[in-house]
Amino acid sequence: MRTKILALTLLGGIAFPAVSDAWQLSDSCPASHQKLADGTCELVTLYDFYASPDQHGGVQAELPELLSGRFTPQQIDLGRILFFDPILSAEKDMSCASCHQPERGLSDGRKRSLGATTGAARTELPRSTPSLWNVGFQPRFMWDGRAETLEEQALLPLFSEVEMGNTKEGVETALLDNPAYVQLFDDAFEAPPSVERVGTALAAFQASLVSFNSRYDRYAHGDASALSPQEVLGMNAFRGFVGRCSQCHIPPLFTDSELSVVGAPENDLGHADLGAGALNTDEPALLGAFKVPTLRNITRTAPYFHSGQFETLDEVVDFYNNDRGHMAPEGQDLKIHWHVHMTKGPQLSKEDMVNIVAFLSALEDETLMPTVPEKLPSGLTPVPGL
Amino acid sequence: MTTKLALSSILCTTILGSAAYAADITVPSGDEIQKYVDQAQPGDTILVEPGVYKQSVYIDKPNITIRGLRDGDNWAVMDGELIRNDGIITSGHSSTIDGFFVKAYKGNGIMTQGANNFTISNNYVEGAFYGIFPQYGINGLITGNTVSGAEDAGVYVGMSDNVDVFENIAFGNVMGLEFENTRNGLMANNHVYGNSAGITLTLIPGLPVKDANNLVIRDNLIEDNNIENFAPASSIASQVPRGIGIGIVGPDKTTIENNEIKNNGTAGILVADQTLFGMSTDPKNDPYSDEAIIMANTFSGNGEDMTGILGDLIKQAGASGLDVVALGKGRGSCLANPDEVASLGTDRWETCDPSLSAAEMKTAMIPGGAEEPVYTAEQKGRLTYLAVCTGCHTYDSVLHGPSMQSIQALYKDNADGMIEYISEPVRKREDFPEMPPQAYLGEENLNAIADYILNELGG
Repeated sequence: MRTKILALTLLGGIAFPAVSDAWQLSDSCPASHQKLADGTCELVTLYDFYASPDQHGGVQAELPELLSGRFTPQQIDLGRILFFDPILSAEKDMSCASCHQPERGLSDGRKRSLGATTGAARTELPRSTPSLWNVGFQPRFMWDGRAETLEEQALLPLFSEVEMGNTKEGVETALLDNPAYVQLFDDAFEAPPSVERVGTALAAFQASLVSFNSRYDRYAHGDASALSPQEVLGMNAFRGFVGRCSQCHIPPLFTDSELSVVGAPENDLGHADLGAGALNTDEPALLGAFKVPTLRNITRTAPYFHSGQFETLDEVVDFYNNDRGHMAPEGQDLKIHWHVHMTKGPQLSKEDMVNIVAFLSALEDETLMPTVPEKLPSGLTPVPGL
Repeated sequence: MTTKLALSSILCTTILGSAAYAADITVPSGDEIQKYVDQAQPGDTILVEPGVYKQSVYIDKPNITIRGLRDGDNWAVMDGELIRNDGIITSGHSSTIDGFFVKAYKGNGIMTQGANNFTISNNYVEGAFYGIFPQYGINGLITGNTVSGAEDAGVYVGMSDNVDVFENIAFGNVMGLEFENTRNGLMANNHVYGNSAGITLTLIPGLPVKDANNLVIRDNLIEDNNIENFAPASSIASQVPRGIGIGIVGPDKTTIENNEIKNNGTAGILVADQTLFGMSTDPKNDPYSDEAIIMANTFSGNGEDMTGILGDLIKQAGASGLDVVALGKGRGSCLANPDEVASLGTDRWETCDPSLSAAEMKTAMIPGGAEEPVYTAEQKGRLTYLAVCTGCHTYDSVLHGPSMQSIQALYKDNADGMIEYISEPVRKREDFPEMPPQAYLGEENLNAIADYILNELGG
């Protein structure tokens, strides 16, 4: 009985069941995952039916290696509960979902994220909130690539003074003082709460956020009718060698997860961000480099770029066609990526540009959006308003 | 448990496609080729009559041959008129692109993207950024083509594995032929002349494929590669030194054997590190060109018109007329008959042992073709159920669609009825969203899914 009831909580659409005596974690893997003999969940997609070189590219291509590792259903479900619980923040007023909001494509619809409250208002951070779809495949995290694993990344906003503002002691004390969490950690890890296990659980949950059943995917698997004629034209311009979009936004992930210098303009506050270059001062090639974002569900996460420089996808495509690196602020000596830095001026036709934007809507698939828990062990509101 | 077996793709060219009888489809002169491609089934051959085709062609299905029919000088001409992006792009495995005259595209002439077991043969490609560019492919053959006027490489094999480049002619390109971030390649019997650089073997940083190795360049005629580099100033190709016969920049385990290399103004062969041309570093790249084998080549007239930064470097060393220039920190390289080769920077190199010869190597391709994962019908049914169906259906409750239990009850002993429905769903219940059609999964897979759902799936 336990298995089936709790599976519902993870598989979506259904309210978290009322469990009067104790909190329980799902014993079933999320949709699109199968449970292996070792008790962990393995992702299954139709791309498993293909073979390609070590990496990726093309239409019927294998996915690259899943870097997140595999987790048990209990670890994933605990991660889901923690993801939505403001208990992880110092002031108990922010959860991961404060910025990664399910109804906004796991982002927040803002140019720049909102962080901790200082004085009367919340701090606006310098960069935007990235979406989380298919993060299990990514080798680096944050816009400047400063974290290499999901576990490492998960703790950065927790301990950032301008974000959730917590400490190792703060997180562990809050969880250890909560009998429900002590029990849930025991179910998931056979061990008491710790920040390392919080990181693992959050990584487990985020690795389960997969999106591989868009209309584009149906086209890739052989359904020529899944895209409109205009979207097919857009896809052809997207992958062609004038647009070159797919050279970095490589299918099936629609990113290569590399750090790339595209020469974006300064943001509307006049700030020019050095990206990965600020962390690697001895590496001039990384000046102005940012992680290439996935384009899956990109229609759900306007505005765009690391500081919301562009409001719409039309503006983004226009930037790549007309300016391609040439909007970099004066005096920034950037090594613009060779696929971007074209010297011949706009080469895509107006029709190509409109069609590419149309194609991007074919990358929408949020069928595996997780369910927000109705109640949390902390008794707090799952997604506090900011 | 998922058991992945390996089987030749010749036996199994498409996992999801359904079997069909191969047909020849003829495109009348000047008609829209794409229309015929869209109608073609895997296994079909599309024959394009001589004529001018002002269009682009995209192929996203496996095992299609598209062939330009030629009547003397009268080709099937794909004409980009300098307004279209690319000539022919295919993503389908086991594609053959043969016999086209491709000209005046702004992007590439002929490109494959993630296509395994490809053949690109007997085409004449003029202009474009890259003339012929297979990318992300395992196992391919590029033969009998002529490429000229590419702003980068005439034939550019990028991030691919097991590719043969045989008997092509490349002239008037910035680079004639190139293996970039490619593992296992053989270039043989090509004529490469009048480019800025003849043949380049490169490892480019910042790409998803992080290595390049096991590349053999044998029995080619590489001459007079001295034209001005005309690549756009912002491109990597603009850094390629003019007057090089063969350049090795980054890859390991390369063999340069029995080529005739003559009259390349700066040097016959250059072996250098990735960093030489101002490329950024990539922590996952080994930037040094290790284990180059240079043996049994015929050199004449190289290094007699040195230009550019590289020419200046050689001049500063007080040298000229060089057949081989080695710069950088590569290890484990060798040069045969060092006394007969005018070289610079090869002091640390060994003398090649004759046993290192690649003269007997026939191909870099995989016998029988690239492997694909092969699954039993039971596995396919279960995996497809997990990959596709579980997005909207759970076993015993309502999600985006009805529960599988209710579907099992509905189609008990009626697999055909279930397959018919999921192939072309019609909206039956107002309270559920319409199900997308699943016919694309193919007959075999649909049978496997129906069998799995009706006979195996439990709570």
